[in-house]
Amino acid sequence: MIRLDNVHKTFGSNRVLRGLTLEIERGTSMVIIGGSGTGKSVALKCILGLVTPDSGTITVDGQQAGTGDRDAFLARFGMLFQGGALFDSLPVWQNVSFRHLRGSLKKPKEQAREIAIEKLRRVGLKASVADQLPAELSGGMQKRVGLARAIAADPEIIFFDEPTTGLDPIMAGVINDLIREIVVEMGATAMTITHDMSSVRAIADNVAMLHEGVIKWTGPVAQMDNSGDPYLEQFITGSAEGPIEAIR
Amino acid sequence: MSSVLAPLALIGALTMNVLAKLGRFVLFLLRSFSHIFRPPYYPKEFAISLLTIGWLSLPVVGLTAIFTGGALALQIYSGGARFNAEAVVPQIVAIGMVRELGPVLVGLMIAARVTSSIAAEIATMKVTEQIDALVTLSTNPMKYLVVPRLLAALITVPLLVGIGDIIGIAGGYAVGVQNLGFNPAAYLKNTADFLELRDIVSSLVKGGVFGVIAALMGCFYGMHSDRGAQGVGRATKGSVEAAAILILAANFVLTGLFFSV
Repeated sequence: MIRLDNVHKTFGSNRVLRGLTLEIERGTSMVIIGGSGTGKSVALKCILGLVTPDSGTITVDGQQAGTGDRDAFLARFGMLFQGGALFDSLPVWQNVSFRHLRGSLKKPKEQAREIAIEKLRRVGLKASVADQLPAELSGGMQKRVGLARAIAADPEIIFFDEPTTGLDPIMAGVINDLIREIVVEMGATAMTITHDMSSVRAIADNVAMLHEGVIKWTGPVAQMDNSGDPYLEQFITGSAEGPIEAIR
Repeated sequence: MSSVLAPLALIGALTMNVLAKLGRFVLFLLRSFSHIFRPPYYPKEFAISLLTIGWLSLPVVGLTAIFTGGALALQIYSGGARFNAEAVVPQIVAIGMVRELGPVLVGLMIAARVTSSIAAEIATMKVTEQIDALVTLSTNPMKYLVVPRLLAALITVPLLVGIGDIIGIAGGYAVGVQNLGFNPAAYLKNTADFLELRDIVSSLVKGGVFGVIAALMGCFYGMHSDRGAQGVGRATKGSVEAAAILILAANFVLTGLFFSV
């Protein structure tokens, strides 16, 4: 279980997280929604230790994030970044098998390449893509490579940061379906941040609505449309009228 | 009252800004060197850095040195002619190239070529979240990005300085023999006789220090880049300015240490 308890984070005068409290049960898929600048990415980066919270606690299966063996802690995670964050200088297969080519999970090169090709197939890419550079791929293909990299070491927990941003609706649907399939198949705990309501419906078991650094509503995706929460209702309908200011 | 205090507030803010940056740099410097002595190491990244910082800088260094050596020979000959000292061309070219122009020009060319490239590459990696991705893949960016470049610069820049010194002297030799009528054997003998071990050691030590400055500045500005294309641009510009100024300042200090009477 991932648990965030009263997490605060401020950048300069900008209070991004103002007491974020959230629980994500093991093996479930939690989607965090909310407007731009509400702290979704910061919350995710706090869990991974990329950003240090000012106060509050974050635990993963009881272990406090940022304590103990950092490599072992991070080895439990996979992450799909918004822009892919693929390493431009490395061919696709070395991006996917990055963890298998160095560090504690290092494997022989041939084996690492086989794993990469298998993961590429899993996300619907041909083996011929393996030797291309990321810059030679389309946006949708880069997302898939990013997804293959996120699952390459069979992590227990996978984070997806805006997985469908910048993709056409068809490709977004493909990525959503892939994420759902992979999460179910691997039995992984998933945490996704997105603005895209079609992603929410395709990926989520549970949904949390983040606004101004706190959770306004959380519950099963099936209850989302009848939540009675004015923030969530405004976000789902995309209305300019409501408690969330249209101009922030 | 507020108009009286405004300049003071500005000076205070600027001072705090400079001190904060200096503090960040000192921490970065200490962390960089501490990671050199702690595994894991990334030999492939180190080999790539040796190639890009050392081998691929050879043409720029060679061309800079040969033209500088040639120009230096012409200047010394024409300047020396004013007090009948044309014969000292070989000695002054050698001492000028080895003690001063070789290390400084190679250092500045490395700052232009390598520091800018390192800063732009790492800054781009930062703004595209590639550095965050490295962390999530259990890879420390200091070990993976900074240490290989730092070590490669420490090793290759003294070699480049040595090569630059030789090519610079060769440029002076070519001009001296072809244009100024020096005897080839005498030119070489005068060069070899005049140079001392201390000159060569100082040149190579300067190369090592300048290499570290060049790589560190590129890495520091890259890792602390702001977001967006402007952030990458500012990091690149700042890294080259800082490296060039620090190289010239370090040159003054090292020259004082080696040659103060």
